[in-house]
Amino acid sequence: MAKKELLKVEGLKQYFPIKGGMMGRTVNHVKAVDDISFTIYEGETVSIVGESGCGKSTTGRAILRLEEPTEGSITFDGHELTTLSKREMRKLRKDLQIIFQDPYASINPRQTVANLLNEAMTIQKVVPAKDRRKRIIELLETVGLNEYQADRYPHEFSGGQRQRIGIARALSVKPKLIICDEAVSALDVSIQAQVLNLLKELQEDFNLTYLFISHDLGVVRHISDRVIVMYLGKIVEIGDKYSIFENPKHPYSKALLSAIPIPDPTRVKKHIVLTGDVPSPIDPPAGCRFHTRCPFAQDICKVEEPKLFTHDSMIDGHQAACHFVEEIENGDLQAKGFEEAVF
Amino acid sequence: METVLLEVRDLRTSFFTDDGEVKAVDGVSFALPLGKTLGIVGESGSGKSITALSILKLIADNGKIIGGEIHYKGNDLLTYSDKQMRDIRGNAISMIFQEPMTSLNPVFTVGQQISESIMKHQNLSKKAALVKSVELLKLVGIPSPDKRIKQYPYELSGGMRQRVMIAMALACNPEILIADEPTTALDVTIQAQILRLIRELQMRLGMSVIMITHDLGVVAETCDYVAVMYAGQVVEYSDVVTLFQKPKHPYTIGLMNSLPRHDVEVEKLESIKGNVPNPKEMPTGCRFAPRCPAATDLCRREMPALMKDVEGNDVRCWIYSEKWEGESEVIVYGEKRIAESRGTETILSD
Amino acid sequence: MTKFVIRRLLQTIPVLLGVSILVFSLMYLIPGDPAQIMAGEGASPQTVEQIREKLGLNEPAPVQYLKYMKNVVQGDLGNSVRSNRPVMDEIKARFWTTVQLSFYATILAVFLGLIAGIISAVRHYTWSDISIMIVALFGLSMPNFWFGLMLIQWFAIGPDWLPDFLKMRASGWGDDWRQLILPVITLGTGGAAIIARMTRASMLEVIGQDYIRTARAKGMGERVVVYRHALKNALIPVITVVGLEFGGFLGGAVLTESIFAINGMGRLTIDAIRTRDFPIVQGTVLIISFLFVFVNLLVDISYRLLNKRIDLN
Repeated sequence: MAKKELLKVEGLKQYFPIKGGMMGRTVNHVKAVDDISFTIYEGETVSIVGESGCGKSTTGRAILRLEEPTEGSITFDGHELTTLSKREMRKLRKDLQIIFQDPYASINPRQTVANLLNEAMTIQKVVPAKDRRKRIIELLETVGLNEYQADRYPHEFSGGQRQRIGIARALSVKPKLIICDEAVSALDVSIQAQVLNLLKELQEDFNLTYLFISHDLGVVRHISDRVIVMYLGKIVEIGDKYSIFENPKHPYSKALLSAIPIPDPTRVKKHIVLTGDVPSPIDPPAGCRFHTRCPFAQDICKVEEPKLFTHDSMIDGHQAACHFVEEIENGDLQAKGFEEAVF
Repeated sequence: METVLLEVRDLRTSFFTDDGEVKAVDGVSFALPLGKTLGIVGESGSGKSITALSILKLIADNGKIIGGEIHYKGNDLLTYSDKQMRDIRGNAISMIFQEPMTSLNPVFTVGQQISESIMKHQNLSKKAALVKSVELLKLVGIPSPDKRIKQYPYELSGGMRQRVMIAMALACNPEILIADEPTTALDVTIQAQILRLIRELQMRLGMSVIMITHDLGVVAETCDYVAVMYAGQVVEYSDVVTLFQKPKHPYTIGLMNSLPRHDVEVEKLESIKGNVPNPKEMPTGCRFAPRCPAATDLCRREMPALMKDVEGNDVRCWIYSEKWEGESEVIVYGEKRIAESRGTETILSD
Repeated sequence: MTKFVIRRLLQTIPVLLGVSILVFSLMYLIPGDPAQIMAGEGASPQTVEQIREKLGLNEPAPVQYLKYMKNVVQGDLGNSVRSNRPVMDEIKARFWTTVQLSFYATILAVFLGLIAGIISAVRHYTWSDISIMIVALFGLSMPNFWFGLMLIQWFAIGPDWLPDFLKMRASGWGDDWRQLILPVITLGTGGAAIIARMTRASMLEVIGQDYIRTARAKGMGERVVVYRHALKNALIPVITVVGLEFGGFLGGAVLTESIFAINGMGRLTIDAIRTRDFPIVQGTVLIISFLFVFVNLLVDISYRLLNKRIDLN
C-alpha cells in the first residue's frame, strides 16, 4: 500500500498517580490508557469511540503531550514525539492541532476572533504579518463565518459558530493532523450537521487527517474511515468503519452498537443490555477487562488477556481482542445471563 | 378513542429579565393519553424543559405562566393553589431530571431522600418509609438495597443515581412520570439500562410518561406520541410512526435529515442553515421562516397556528393551509412534500 | 473519622512549632538589645545585666529556644518582668474573660448573621433583603473602637433609667456576666454582618442547585426546602467563616477590652507591649495562637461531619 503513515502510536500508556496516605505518596495509579497501538495514515479519519473513562480523550491529549505519556512511543511524520524537548514540541504543534468540545473554554474571552487567529499565526510564524488580515478573513470565510465578524468577541457567537472559530484557529497554522476531541458533542443536531459537513469539506480541500474522538456512534460512522473501539484503557476492536458497524466482532462493540436507539419506530430492535457499571480503571479486572460484564465470558477470560487479532471471519485490517470471536460467530458459544430488551 | 390523562393547551411561560420578556414557551399544546409515552423533542432553547417544569409549576422566581390550560383529570392545574400543587408533585405527577449527579442532595442519604417523599404523601412513619424505600431500590434494580439506602449520592455511579431518582419519583405510585432528558448525561450502555427500566416500570405500574429529549433515537424507541418543539412552540404533534414516516413540518424534516446514523450509511447530511432565533428577538412570522428553505412572504409575515390536518395530527406550517401561496409541491431538504392535506380545520392555538 | 481526627491533630504539631518559633523570635525582631529595652531607658547597667541573666539572654538563640520550649511544655511560660509573677498565672486570671467574650460574640454573630442571611436569601431583591444588606454593610464597615465608644456614650454613661449592669464602673467590667453585653455587641456586630452576607450568598447559590428543584418536585413545602434541603448545604462554607471569626474575635478582643476596660488577655497584651514585658507578650500570643489552631481543628472536623464528600485525601 502506498499510504503514508502520519501518526504511529506504539505501546502507549498513560497512568495517573493517586496520592494518598500521611505523606502524600503515590498509593496507586489510574490506568487511563494501558498499552495501546495504532497507526493513522495521511488523509484519513480515524475515530476513537468508547464510553466515559475508556481513555479516548486521554489518548488524544497524550499524543499532543498535553500530558506526558507514561510509556510508549508516538511517531508523527517521522519525529518521535515523546523524546522531543518542549521547544521542539511547540514547533511541531503547528502540524498537530486540537479542537475541543467546548471551544469557549479554550478561547480567551477578551480577545476578538481576529486577535485570536492572529496570535496563533504569530506563534507559529506561518504567514507574514502584512498578509495576516487577509488570511484571517479567508479563514473565517472557509469556516462559514463573515468578514464583519472578525472583530467580535467570542461571547457574541453561538455554540456552533464558536466551534467554527475553533476550527478556524486550528486551520490557521496549516496543520497536517487535527485531533477533534468531542468537537461536535455539545452541539444541537442541526448545527452539528453543519459542522460535520464543514469538517468533511475542509478535509478534501486541505488534505487534512483527523483523529476524531467521540462517544456518538452516529457521528463516528458519518465521519470516519476507520474506527477504534476502546474499553477501560484498552483497544478492544479496530477496523474500517464498515467492519465495525456492520460486522462488529467484540462482544463489547456489539453491545455498544446495539445499545444506541435507532430513529426509526418501525424497526423493532432488540438491545443487548449490559448489566452493571464500567469497573474502576484503578483496579481493572485481570484478563480481559470486559469479562465482568461480558455475556460470553469463560474462565480463560478472567486470567488471560486477549490480543488484537484478525480472526478467520474478519477482513484484513479488522482486529478484535477477544478469545472467542469464532465461537461466538458460529454459535458454539451462547450468551448467558444476558438481557435483551425492546424499550 | 384513548382516554387523555393530561392535556396542555396553548401554554405560555415567560421569564422577565432586565432585558425584557423572554417567551420561553409560547404556544404549546399536546395530549398525553393514559398509559402511553409522549415525547417532547427539540433542540436546546426550544422550551421543552420549561414546558415540563410548567406542568408542575416549578418555574423559577422570575418566570411566570402567563397563559394556557393544563388539564389533568378534568381540572386545570393552573388554577390550583400552591398547597394543592404540592400534593400533586411527587405524588400524582413526579419528575426526574437530566443530571443525576447534581439532582440528589449531597448531604442526605439515599434512604432519607426517598423516604421523605413517602412520609409526606402517604403519612407513613419513618421506619415504614425506609422499608418501602428499600423495596423501591430493589424495584429499580439496585443491588444490595439495604446497604445502598445508607449511602450518600457521591458514593454511587451516574447510572445508579438515576435509578435512585427514578425510585424517588416512583415512591408514591405516580400516574405521570415526567422524564427530562433522563439519559443525556449517561453513557449509551447505561442509557439502555435506564430506558429499559422506565419502560418496564411503566408497563408494570401503568404509568403515563412524558419523555423530554433531544435524541430522535430515544423518541423513536420509547414514545407513542411526539410533540416537536422549536423556539418555544410545538410545530408538529402526531403519533410516532407518522412522525418518522411522514414528517410534515420543514423543521422536523430538516432535523431528521441532519441526524448522522450509526445503522445506515448517509452520504451527506442535510443541515438546517442558520441558528435558532434569539428568544428576545423572535421573528414576527413563522419562527422557523428565517431557516426554512420553503419560506414565502406569508411565512415571514404571519405566524401560522397549530392546525389539525385531515389525519388528526397537528402541524404549525402554512404549507398545509388554504392560505399557502407557494408551489403546491414543496421540496424541503431533498424530500418532496405535497401539500395534499390542505383544508385543515381546527385551529388549536396561534 | 477517628483516623481523620488523629491525622488532623498530628498536622497541628508543625503549625504550633512554627508559631512558637515566631513568637520566640519576637524578641529578636525588635531592634536593639532586649534586655536594655525591658529594663527601660536610664536603667543601670547592672539591672540590664540582671535581666539578661534572669532570662538567659546571654546563651545562643537555639539553646534559649529549646529551654523556653521545654518550659512551655511543662506549662511554664516564664515570669513577668514587671510583676515578677509567673506568666501562666497572669494569663490564667484573664484567659476565661477573653474566651467568654469571644465565645458570646461568636454566638451573637452566628445567631444574628444566620437569621439575617436566611431572610435575605429567601426574600432576595425585596425590601427586607435590601435593608438587611445595608445594615450589614454598616456593621461591616464600622470600626470596633468607634462602635464601642458609641455604645458607651449611649448606654454606659447614658440615661439613668438604664439598668445598672450596663453602667460603666470605676473598677472596669468583668465580674457580672451581664456587664459583657455591650462589649459582646461591639465585638460581635462585624462578625454578624460577615456571616449574614456569607449565609445569603451561600443560600442563594444552593437554592439555585438542581437538588433544590428535586425537593420541590417531590412536593416538599417551601419551609422544608429552605430549612432542610438548602440550609444544611449552605452552612458548609459558613462554618469556616464562623471558625475564622471566633479566631478573629480573640484578636479583636484586644481593642474591645481596652475600650471597656475589661481585664482580659487583650488588655494584658497591650499593657505588656507598652511596658515591654516580653515574656507576657510571648505567652499571650502563644496561647491565643494555640487556641486559634484548636478552633480551626474543630471547624475542620465539623466541616467534615456536615460535608460527606470531602475525601480524606
